Amino acid sequence: MTLDPKPDDRAVRLSEGSGRPNADAAPSAGSGLSTISRATYFKEAALQNLFLVCACVAVAGVALIFLFVGWRGWPIFAKVGLFNFLGGYVWHPTKGDFGILTLIVNSMLATLGALALGAPLAIGTAVFLSEVANPRIRDLVRPAVELLAGIPSVVYGFFGLVLLRPIIAKFSGGLGFGLFTVWIILAVMILPTIAAISEDALRSVPEGIREASYAMGATKWQTIWRVLLPAAKIGIIDAIILGMGRAIGETMAVVMVAGNAPVIPNGIFAPFLTLTTVIVMDMPYAAGDHRTALFGVAIILFVISMIFVATIRIISRFGKEVG
Amino acid sequence: MQSRERVNKTTTNRIALGVIWLAAIATVGALGTILLYVIVNGIGQLTPAFIFSWPHGVNMEGGIWPTIQATLYVTILAMLITTPVAVLAAVYLAEYAVQGRLVQIIRFAADSLASVPSIVMGLFGLAAFVEGMGMGFSVMAAALALAFLLLPIIMRTTEEAIRAVPKYIRWGSYGLGASKWQTVSRIVLPSATPRIITGVILAAGRAAGETAVVIYTMGTMINAPILPTQPGRTMPVHLLLLAQEGINLPAAFGTALLLVLMVLAFNLTARYIVSRNRRMLG
Repeated sequence: MTLDPKPDDRAVRLSEGSGRPNADAAPSAGSGLSTISRATYFKEAALQNLFLVCACVAVAGVALIFLFVGWRGWPIFAKVGLFNFLGGYVWHPTKGDFGILTLIVNSMLATLGALALGAPLAIGTAVFLSEVANPRIRDLVRPAVELLAGIPSVVYGFFGLVLLRPIIAKFSGGLGFGLFTVWIILAVMILPTIAAISEDALRSVPEGIREASYAMGATKWQTIWRVLLPAAKIGIIDAIILGMGRAIGETMAVVMVAGNAPVIPNGIFAPFLTLTTVIVMDMPYAAGDHRTALFGVAIILFVISMIFVATIRIISRFGKEVG
Repeated sequence: MQSRERVNKTTTNRIALGVIWLAAIATVGALGTILLYVIVNGIGQLTPAFIFSWPHGVNMEGGIWPTIQATLYVTILAMLITTPVAVLAAVYLAEYAVQGRLVQIIRFAADSLASVPSIVMGLFGLAAFVEGMGMGFSVMAAALALAFLLLPIIMRTTEEAIRAVPKYIRWGSYGLGASKWQTVSRIVLPSATPRIITGVILAAGRAAGETAVVIYTMGTMINAPILPTQPGRTMPVHLLLLAQEGINLPAAFGTALLLVLMVLAFNLTARYIVSRNRRMLG
């Protein structure tokens, strides 16, 4: 998955070099020098515009989400104020308290813990796939990583609920719902995202750099630690941010094992409620301002995910300038 | 001193590589544990009666057929809506686009769309299609919301597939006097088709396993939808509700296993297409 725009001058050169119509480069069909018929020119131009419209559906999608979710959620910002909504720590919608700070903190706790567990595992797996494994073993491990990405989140949640929760309940003495259980489940769920992108980043490090390191007498591990990981740093940071985005937006797996109490958990085995799970828990019965507030939470989630995407773009651009 | 350093260097190397092996083993182990657990507990459920009959009673005894039908229906409809748009959008980005502000905006939008949490997409579907356009809980509303979720995924895989087609094939086509569209439609897209199909199948697996989007756009009513205007309950939603209410655990295991098998089938099909194509190219 690449998030940075690749400069695509190939298409331009091709169309200019071959005298094919292109919105910018084609001579007007009426001029005597044209090598194509007017009909062909218009057909080509029409098709190009059709494709452009299709590409703009993505832009329209983002705009529509903002528009519709914003339309339903905006009144809550107007009513309680953005500052009170984001900064209030009491979430008690039936009594009119719409502070989501607790939920934001809980989402962060869940995400950071999952990252602390999942990222080293994922980066280790990426290093294994790109540097350590021989092709036969790689062909076994890589499909496993891809399959892990394909398992539906509700299956992860179910697995956590029926297998992991009783085990954790046994050694923690509680019910087994809570931060720790969520961390493990989320760590496994973000693993394939981080591993796949980190592996791409490691693979794109030129072979010559590895050879130079070995030639200086470095061991495999020294090459990985001192040369390859620093060289692939930008890609790995991108991978981790994308993993964070996945963890913070994950809903169904979390709702099944989090216990869903709207307080900051007082220990790693305590139940808690996040930005995503509050929507699932409250939506069936919410009405009026409560329902509006849930759409408000969705706006915040959308903004957070866009901030992550923008961060990745900025980091990638920065990396390109430095490199 | 020097020899000691040498020992340290090789020992460190061994230990570190061992840790990397452990990471890979843990990853495969996680997958193995999940698959094994679901298979062992669910395999006894997978009888024809379970797959092809309707659930009944407060405990949802019996089968899960309507949820299978609803899942397949909404997945296929979403794919039919999103695939043409996504493929043509990818054609634009890979073949026509000139680097500039507009392309940057499109790519940023596609990346943003790809990272929208599915619960947000669900509420969007609820606000836009179910309530805003008055579709009500329906297969159509769910398919439209899923289409937006899948659009950036198929766009990305298709664009990569198109970019993987060697340049000289295009030059040959232009050399014969073909126009841009002739080259794209008769030369580039056919060579990229296997990889495009692979991406589409993997996206279908994503759609079939999606919960948060469909629960707010199709509802939770058990129904075997015939028309796209009808509501329904998909397999992931069924599994969620069974697990949350703690009723009929065997049926939950059976549903989970069927879901996992569906994803496995999608994955293996995609893998098969890729490997067959690679062999053909030599």
